[in-house]
Formats: sequence, C-alpha cells, structure tokens
Amino acid sequence: MYRYDEFDHRFVAERTAEFRDQVKRRLAGSLSEDEFKPLRLMNGLYLQLHAYMLRVAIPYGTLGSRQMRMLAHIAETYDRGYGHFTTRQNIQFNWPKLKDVPAILDDLASVEMHAIQTSGNCIRNVTSDPLSGVDPLEIEDPRITAELLRQWSSLHPEFTFLGRKFKIAVTGSATDRAAIAVHDIGLAIVRNEAGEQGYRVLVGGGQGRSPFIAKELRAFLSREELLPYLTAALRVYNLHGRRDNKYKARIKILVHELGIEGFAAQVEAEYARLDADAVRHPEEEWDRIAAYFAIPDLAPRGDADASFERALKLDPGFADWVARNSHAHKITGYRAATVSLKPVGGIPGDATAEQMRVLADIAEQYSADEMRITHEQNIVLPHVGLGDLHKVYRALSGIGLDAPNRGLVTDIIACPGLDYCALATARSIPVAQRISERFGDTQRQKDIGPLSIKISGCINACGHHHVGHIGILGIDKAGVESYQLTLGGEPADQPAVGERTGPGFSYEELPDAIETVIDTYIAHREGPDETFLQAYRRLGMGPFKEALYDAA
Amino acid sequence: MLLDRTGVIDDRWSVVIADDPTPDGPAILPRERLAEATGRTGPTGLHIANDADPHDLVAAFDRLALISVGFPSFADGRGFSVARVLRELDFTGRLRATGPVIADQFAYLLECGFDEVAVPESIAQRQPAEQWLEQLSRLSTTYQRGALAGAADRGVERASILDQRRGASR
Repeated sequence: MYRYDEFDHRFVAERTAEFRDQVKRRLAGSLSEDEFKPLRLMNGLYLQLHAYMLRVAIPYGTLGSRQMRMLAHIAETYDRGYGHFTTRQNIQFNWPKLKDVPAILDDLASVEMHAIQTSGNCIRNVTSDPLSGVDPLEIEDPRITAELLRQWSSLHPEFTFLGRKFKIAVTGSATDRAAIAVHDIGLAIVRNEAGEQGYRVLVGGGQGRSPFIAKELRAFLSREELLPYLTAALRVYNLHGRRDNKYKARIKILVHELGIEGFAAQVEAEYARLDADAVRHPEEEWDRIAAYFAIPDLAPRGDADASFERALKLDPGFADWVARNSHAHKITGYRAATVSLKPVGGIPGDATAEQMRVLADIAEQYSADEMRITHEQNIVLPHVGLGDLHKVYRALSGIGLDAPNRGLVTDIIACPGLDYCALATARSIPVAQRISERFGDTQRQKDIGPLSIKISGCINACGHHHVGHIGILGIDKAGVESYQLTLGGEPADQPAVGERTGPGFSYEELPDAIETVIDTYIAHREGPDETFLQAYRRLGMGPFKEALYDAA
Repeated sequence: MLLDRTGVIDDRWSVVIADDPTPDGPAILPRERLAEATGRTGPTGLHIANDADPHDLVAAFDRLALISVGFPSFADGRGFSVARVLRELDFTGRLRATGPVIADQFAYLLECGFDEVAVPESIAQRQPAEQWLEQLSRLSTTYQRGALAGAADRGVERASILDQRRGASR
C-alpha cells in the first residue's frame, strides 16, 4: 500500500489548515456563499437535503485497517454510526456538522487520508481495479499510475476550476473491472508490439443525462508521456469545453461536438507544443511509488488446503460464498474475497462502525492488512490464504456480511436517492431493498445467474443505471415517483448504454416489473449458461417489451 | 484593487473601453483595437477575453508590455490555461488577471504565469490585500512539475514535491 512521506503529510496538513481558515473566512463574511461553495466542494463537503455530507477519498479504493478504524471512529463520533461506500470507491458520511469538519479532516490526515477533490469541478479521485495486484492476468498494477495521477491532479494550478468534474479510471488487466469506458478519461495498461508497457487512452465516456461510451484517443501512449499528454488533453478541455450550460459542460459533449478526430487533433497539436520534459514524472518517482505496490510478503502455501476442502463439504453456505465471492490470486494458495455490502434487504454500500471495525480486524489478521472498495459498493479482501477463508467467512457471518451474491441480482448498485440527496427526484434505497427482498432466496439467485441491477434516483445517474443489465431511473412525474427501465447496459464487457423498455412504472409496480423481465429471460434463455446479458443481446427488446406492456 | 506578490500596487495603466480615445502613456486597449499598438509612443497593453486564442497574438508580443486576461467569474478557469499558454509561447511582458477572482486563487494565478490581479472593489472590501498575501504562504509545496521560468519572481517559490524527492534521493 502507498504510504505518505514527509511531503504528502505536509501537503495534506497544509490543505486542512487552509480549509479551516476558509470556514473561518466564510463565517466572517470574507468569502461569499457563492465563493465558498466550490472551495468546500473541493474539500469533499456537500450540502444535502437534510444536512452536510462529507465525501472522503479512498484513492483507487485501497485502504488498510488503521484507516478503516478511523472511518469507524468518524462514523461514531461525528455521524450516526455508519458510512456509505460509493460507486467511486469513496465513503460518504451523511450527518456531519460544518463546525466538526476541520476536526474530521485532521483525524483523516492522521491516517494518511483526505477529502481533497472528491467533489467540485476538478479532477476527481482516480478510480481503479479492486483486484489490482491480485489478478493473475494483470499486465501491471494500475494503482501505480493512479497514485501518480492522484499527486499530479491534486490542486493543479491550471485545472482546479474546470467547466465540470473530471473522472479518470485506470485498469491494468484485460478484464476491465474499473468501467473505464464510462469515464472522462479511461486508461488501459497495454503492451505494444515492441513489448513496452503503456496506455490505451479513451476519452469522453460518461453517464448523466447524456450517456456516452468513451472513444479511443490514443491506441498507445508510452508511460513517460502520460502526464504531458494528459496536460494537453485537460488544457484542450479547459479552454474549449462548454461553459454556457452545466449539463453540456463535460468533456464527453466536447468530444461529441468536435468528433473524436477533431478532438484528438487538438490534443496532439497542444501536446506537440508544450514542454513535455518539464511536466513528465521522473523515473525515480515511478519506481518509488511502484515499490509500495509490490505484492505483500505472503507466507508460502500449497495449492490445496485440507481444512478448506473440508469446510467446503460441510458448510454449503461457505461453498456458495467461495464459488460466488472469491477470485483467483497471483500467488499459489491465496484468494481474494469480495465482502458483499448487499445483505438481503439492506442498504447497498452502507456499513456500520461495528462492521468497519470487524472488517479492519479481519483484514489485519487474514488479508495482509489491506482492503479495496469496489465501484459495485462492495469490499475486497485481496490476500486471503485458502486455509483462512472459512474463518473469514464465519467472522463475516457474525456481522451479517456473508451474502454469497457478488454479481447476482441482489448485488444492486444504488445512489442515495431522495432519502439524502438534494438532486434526487425519486427514492433509490427502498427500491433496492424491495427488489433485494423479492429475489433474496439464494437458490433463486443462483438460478438467475449473473445480473446487475443499477438504480439512480435522478437523471444524473450516480447509480449507473445506464450501464446496468437492468437499469432503473427514478423520475418525478407530476409529483409521483415513476421508474423507467433500461435493459442491456454494460460498463466493461463490450460496453453499452441500456435501452429503455417504454413507459415507467410506479413505486408499487416496480418489483413486479423487474420480476416480469427476469421471468421473460428465464423462459427464453437457451440454457442456464446463457446469462441475462447474452440473452438480451440475442433476443433484443421484443419479448421483454411484450411481457411488460402487452399483457396489461 | 491591483495587487501583486508584494501587496497593493499603483495602477499606472489607463484602461481604454470600446471607442474611447487612447490617452498618451500606458494604456490597455481592447482586443479589437490591437492594430493601434503599432506607432503608439507610450507602453501598450491589451485586454483579451478568456476565449481568445493566445496563438493569434504571438506576432504582436514585441509591441505589448502587458496582456490583461478577463475572468468573467472566479469559477471560470479558462484564464488559467490562457496565461499558461501565453507564457509557453514566450510572452515576457506583464500578465494581469482582471475580474472577480478570489484570494484563494492567488497562488494558482501566479503559478500559471500572471504577475498581478485587478479585482473589483466588491471583492477588495471583503478580501483585503493581507488575505491575498496570506494565501501565498498557505501551501508551501506542490505536486506538479514544470514551474514556469520566472515563477519565483512572481512570488511563487513552491518547489515541486517530485523534484524535492529526487533531490533527496541523490
């Protein structure tokens, strides 16, 4: 894991002192409310429906047990005893008081954390693959790049007042678990024909009210070109992105309006002009960061473990969990395990202080002191020995986080919706809970197979509904919540934006409508091996539309 | 209020608006009257909007002692890139940020190549010069490399963390 050196510590400490002063100057009237707003947003502080919300950065989703314990402490001391892990691998606290925020930032800084640029029109927390450093097929750990970008983008003098937010995601494996095609810039670590490692650069993806799948900006960018090239891309966006309409201000609209060729030509021209040598990272810095992300010293283990095999036979719940929630590991005798934050009927992504502390203990004892937050709002324990998996599972059972549902119908992504959010037009959380309860039976979930449901409580699409296999968008229709369904969305494997089925459904009708879609899939699939997404791609909208609307 | 790294400074420049006659002495012309820069006796400045293309001005650099870049709002950050590009194109005259920018942006403005800021009185009343100067010492260090030549003269002495680390490891 990355560790702060004296410079990182000083930087975060000074930033916290700056924010404390800004709060003071706001209260004294030196800063107007309009001026203070972007400053507090760039320190992670939102004003929500009922209270302030503080969004804390978990860079590329990686954290250790002492950090998780501090999050538990903050939840208990300054909030109502829980936190909410987000689709951007961050955590949100929903009830802090403005006066406590500088103290919370001090607490965070004491464990090498901050809330810098988790909001605002700047480069946001860089996201990455939760199986970084674990996946046997990985080309390179993407967190090295992500950390380099975290530093480069922090308080960048030129790019801190952009037209709109800017999100970068990095993947280092052929299997994209970072949804890079729905980011402003997506970086895939690749090898070129000469065997050199670099990046395939995508640009202009995004969700919101105008969803776009990102287009290729560069087929290959060498590593040393990364910072100068991104400087050029951000500069073109900063100068030419639209400022007249908030909803057209993301880079995806600029790319769409110029065309990818036109946009790429401007970036290449700017790149040719700027002094790349002055901006690029020193090689020593790469090596320094990379050393932190070496695979931890894991005790050697055999490729089989008798106690593990025995537990698989004796504990069918454990066998389900291992089959569904564990992942292959680079090192023999180890697995990564997904802790689902989607217990049946629970609030997706929420964890209590008690759960956070137990997770910290588990990570410390059984996972080389490391955890990863996933963009599906779950937590990965990246380095668990086969012989420890059952102990981990039992400890998770003790805190209600043993659901064997990763990637299944109850592994729902949902935004906070009308329960918290000032922008929301409909509830999301209770919708997720009702669907989860409807399909909660483990056997039924297994029968249905891989299926992602993603719920957004407004058009801004924080719940990623555009790329859910089943997407749900809650809107306000003359004062009544109405839920539109989309089918066939997918963030990574042949990324696609879902298609709308037709008119929306009421809050009451929605679980039945979801059941109709799923029953239609089951009835039409070629066999249990054909997933929902595969069946939808083969069948198209026809049978689903018919089942949803014609019967009535 | 006009200020640079030293605090409030005298404004010796007259700002020429629209079709007003150009006075003798230092004068800042609107972008569309750039042609008048040729043949003037006093120092000439030019005010440009933040959507102007800096490359169009390169040929006139040797006639311009100052370029003023308009900030319609502190939240509109185009001017940061405009200044940076002007400096990268080797504009060596004075660069002024004109508009309702705020004290919290002072270090960023200087780092992007501005020498001075001209803010309206409404800002100056709430954010006197001391607040601007205080902001310069808030953050002693930065992650970005590629500081512009002359940055230290403009009051930005923040060394890049990446370069400091490299220095420490050698």
